Amino acid sequence: MTTKNLPLWEVFIRSQHGLAHKHVGSLHAADAEMAMNNARDVYTRRNEGVSIWVVPSASIVASSPDDKEPLFDPANSKVYRHPTFFPMPDEVKHI
Amino acid sequence: MYAQLVETGAKKVPTLAEMTPEEQAFQAKIDAGIKIEAKDWMPEGYRKTLVRQISQHAHSEIVGQLPEGNWITRAPSLKRKSILLAKVQDEGGHGLYLYSAAETLGVSREQMVDDLHAGKARYSSIFNYPTLTWADMGAIGWLVDGAAIINQIPLCRCSFGPYARAMVRICKEESFHQRQGYDIMISLMRGTAAQQAMAQDALNRWWWPSLMMFGPSDAESINSAQSAQWGIKLFSNDELRQKMVDQTVPQAEHLGLRIPDPDLKWNEERGHYDFGAIERDEFYSVLKGNGPCNKERLATRVKAHEDGAWFRDALMAHAEKRAARAGKAA
Repeated sequence: MTTKNLPLWEVFIRSQHGLAHKHVGSLHAADAEMAMNNARDVYTRRNEGVSIWVVPSASIVASSPDDKEPLFDPANSKVYRHPTFFPMPDEVKHI
Repeated sequence: MYAQLVETGAKKVPTLAEMTPEEQAFQAKIDAGIKIEAKDWMPEGYRKTLVRQISQHAHSEIVGQLPEGNWITRAPSLKRKSILLAKVQDEGGHGLYLYSAAETLGVSREQMVDDLHAGKARYSSIFNYPTLTWADMGAIGWLVDGAAIINQIPLCRCSFGPYARAMVRICKEESFHQRQGYDIMISLMRGTAAQQAMAQDALNRWWWPSLMMFGPSDAESINSAQSAQWGIKLFSNDELRQKMVDQTVPQAEHLGLRIPDPDLKWNEERGHYDFGAIERDEFYSVLKGNGPCNKERLATRVKAHEDGAWFRDALMAHAEKRAARAGKAA
């Protein structure tokens, strides 16, 4: 019987219309070539994409849910980063 | 429903006051419609129940390839063979999406597959019935995939993000499955008297097992109430079954087929069809492993897995050899 499990890979697909690659799911494969072949069969059976990235799951560094506040809360107080912070006179156009 | 009688471990559904502060915060997220993600804090019961439910769902997709795989080599035309092959391939894909979703909860695919093969994990009762004629391919697509759609569409909104996202992908593909089945039934009903009789026979055999897919009435079930509180079960078994009957009866009428239920009758007052009760004894018996094909299905899965072991070993050995060679060259 198999003693070693096939490693996990994350799959990213770029759909048509020039959008960025987007995470679609994961799969198991022995190496990059098999990961690519499996990604094609599992995630693009209906023309979902024009490009595939496969990345070993172990290579991904993810933020922890516990870090959500220190990471993202500081942005809340910086409303001036949004253009709507600055009221413009009605008569001024194209700005 | 591909997941039947999912155990939650709950003796009683807790009220907000009985929950710990962590559990209260978790419940508040669910009640606000915020998705739970894999690394978020979750009650152990929620995690375990989801592993059971998603793996059962995944196993159903994989074992569900077998009854239809039976007819790939005997499809009546190249067109039907290509369609059936694509459909069965989709089922394999659905199983893989779902195993991935379950793996985010910290259980390995190998463990889930081992549990299935050891008889510790379930799959849907429906796949333990034999596929005797070509018309069964029509009836399965139309009824079994039809029932699966009714169950799965609400799950696209369930509380666990990876499961909900897998369901969105699956639902997009299921519609093809149901339509190709109905299309087979249309063709048979336009055919000879023998072909029409074959279609009727398939409906006769698949109708009740399809209604059993939704499980027994769960109005009183603590497990269902707990799953509802957790946002991983959005409608009761009876509500979903009623929906199945209401939408399928007119489809059968259009085909000119008779539903094998003497109690089936439109109820003007309720605005729904009344229909007979499922055979609970048969349902539990099939679920316990005594259906017509339980032993054969599991034996086929185990054999396929064991026969493929040398190939998986070879893939890993090859990958490791190449990695070692690349390491030396560097």
